[in-house]
Amino acid sequence: MSEHQEEFAIRVRDLVVGFGRQTVLDHLSLDVRRGEILGLVGASGGGKSVLMRTIIGLIPRRGGTIEVMGEPIGGRTRGAATAWGILFQQGALFSSLTVRQNVQFPLRENLVLSPELMDEIAIAKLEMVGLRAQDADKYPAELSGGMTKRVALARALALDPPILFLDEPTSGLDPIAAGDFDALIRTLQKTLGLTVFMVTHDLASLTTVCDRVAALADGKIVAIGPMRELLQSEHPWVRAYFHGKRSQMLQHEMR
Amino acid sequence: MNTEPLLLATSSGDALKLRPEGPWTAANVATLETLSRSVGAEVDRSRVVTLDMSGISALDTLGAWVLEKLSRRAASSGRSAEFIGVADHFSGLMDEVRQVNRHTPPPAAAPNPVLLRLGDLGKSTVGAREDITIFLQMLGALFMAVVGVLRRPQTLRLTSLVYQLYRIGWQAIPIVALITFLIGAIIAQQGFFHFRRFGAESYTVDMVGILVLRELGVLIVAIMVAGRSGSAYTAELGSMKMREEIDALSTMGLDPVDVLILPRVAALVIALPILAFIGSIAALYGGGLVAQFYGDMGPAIYIARLHEAISVTHFEVGILKAPFMALVIGIVACSEGLRVKGSAESLGRQTTTSVVKSIFLVIVLDGLFAIFFASIGM
Repeated sequence: MSEHQEEFAIRVRDLVVGFGRQTVLDHLSLDVRRGEILGLVGASGGGKSVLMRTIIGLIPRRGGTIEVMGEPIGGRTRGAATAWGILFQQGALFSSLTVRQNVQFPLRENLVLSPELMDEIAIAKLEMVGLRAQDADKYPAELSGGMTKRVALARALALDPPILFLDEPTSGLDPIAAGDFDALIRTLQKTLGLTVFMVTHDLASLTTVCDRVAALADGKIVAIGPMRELLQSEHPWVRAYFHGKRSQMLQHEMR
Repeated sequence: MNTEPLLLATSSGDALKLRPEGPWTAANVATLETLSRSVGAEVDRSRVVTLDMSGISALDTLGAWVLEKLSRRAASSGRSAEFIGVADHFSGLMDEVRQVNRHTPPPAAAPNPVLLRLGDLGKSTVGAREDITIFLQMLGALFMAVVGVLRRPQTLRLTSLVYQLYRIGWQAIPIVALITFLIGAIIAQQGFFHFRRFGAESYTVDMVGILVLRELGVLIVAIMVAGRSGSAYTAELGSMKMREEIDALSTMGLDPVDVLILPRVAALVIALPILAFIGSIAALYGGGLVAQFYGDMGPAIYIARLHEAISVTHFEVGILKAPFMALVIGIVACSEGLRVKGSAESLGRQTTTSVVKSIFLVIVLDGLFAIFFASIGM
């Protein structure tokens, strides 16, 4: 893409987010470089999704600043659909629309294009995420969990946004599909200079596709860096996460 | 980023060279479509088409697809097309796009509209039979649940029953009383206004008393309860069904009818007669106020007239209908709730169906009761 650009796609400084008396994110700072795939790990209920939703603007923050593509984010931002695509954990497909209409929805709302091209783009996106054209006229209620996820990805990618947020993208996919999915994210990331912010527990994804991994514990980023560095980290939670029985087994297999 | 996208075409003999330039991205889609359409005729004429991609500054799936579509058009019927100068960082995307839209299924043939209507009619006919079956099944299941509770009274979900009674009985009292009060007042006002013309004002009290106690009190309250509590039942059970809570209950060896439906329907059957009574009294009170301030009839006369006009029979006729109406509302609301499928839309649809159907059935039931009571002389 073009020359003089910000080095960082997302910059989070001193972010504080809480509900009631509980503070979930406590002066958290995080930089996501342009064109990288950043994996975010953290304990369940530890604020990973909260961080993602705060960056997107769904949750109000108590303090701190967030910049996306060099632009500060304040509350709800207009035109956000073209800035990022989001894959929600449960897919969040519109249940009254068919798969095709779901994928076309961002196109229809943001661009002016012929119905024919819109159909072709929708099918193209669906095939890119590993679905067949025959699935296009199904309703979300008729889809399996894995298919729902793929349709949601197709919809998130409909406008080829520069930033893609993924909330546990590979959960619910079988290992083969998850692998394909990781490869697809890689392809898109390479071709479009896409920045991917991925909340995940899938150690295979973390190892194979993530350029860097950030670990969230106690409301802060306690470690960030390539997977190799995180494995060396001395932080007790990070050690427990990557050197637990399950993780050890997987890493052993991968070596 | 920078300028508008361009598409330069240079033809030599039957060879055509296309050179797209600038940002071929979704933001410029209108221009892209125009550009690709403008070279369409030339592409069809040429035998060899070369797409020189070296001038492209930005490319996304949409832009890549528009170019790929051009190349497919060029490559059809034995001619050839190729991409040259594809930058490294675009090659992955171009490869991806080459794979898609290869197997488009033939569009489904549009069905005959007449057949479609006939089909709908047939479906709804069969559907009506299914509705009746479901109603009877639910009635049977409830009966069995009641038998089970009678055999072992400790299995009654008392907490749930009391909670439902609180929600649909106690909390409904203010609105039920307000609306029936207004209805009673309106009927009395109409009676005084129209009966005054032939000097039959005093019969207004007869009309208010009989109408409210026999028909309107219970009917209005039943319709309100169908709208207020029936819809709540359907939505609750429906969302529980959507989130597999009902399946979870079944797998734990519990019968959803015992746990969820019986307390709800029982609460309705208990609460509706009470609400109907409160509603009737509120309506009579409303009538009385109108008699005093509009009909110049003091409370003492109003009560005395009422005493002459109505008997316990009128009250019995009204209140006897209430539990049956409650049963119908409860069964319809719960069975519609269980028919909710996975989507939010279906939840909305079943809730609407539940309210419409239960109000319809309540009115039909009221009509049947009217015939019945007339024929036994009550």
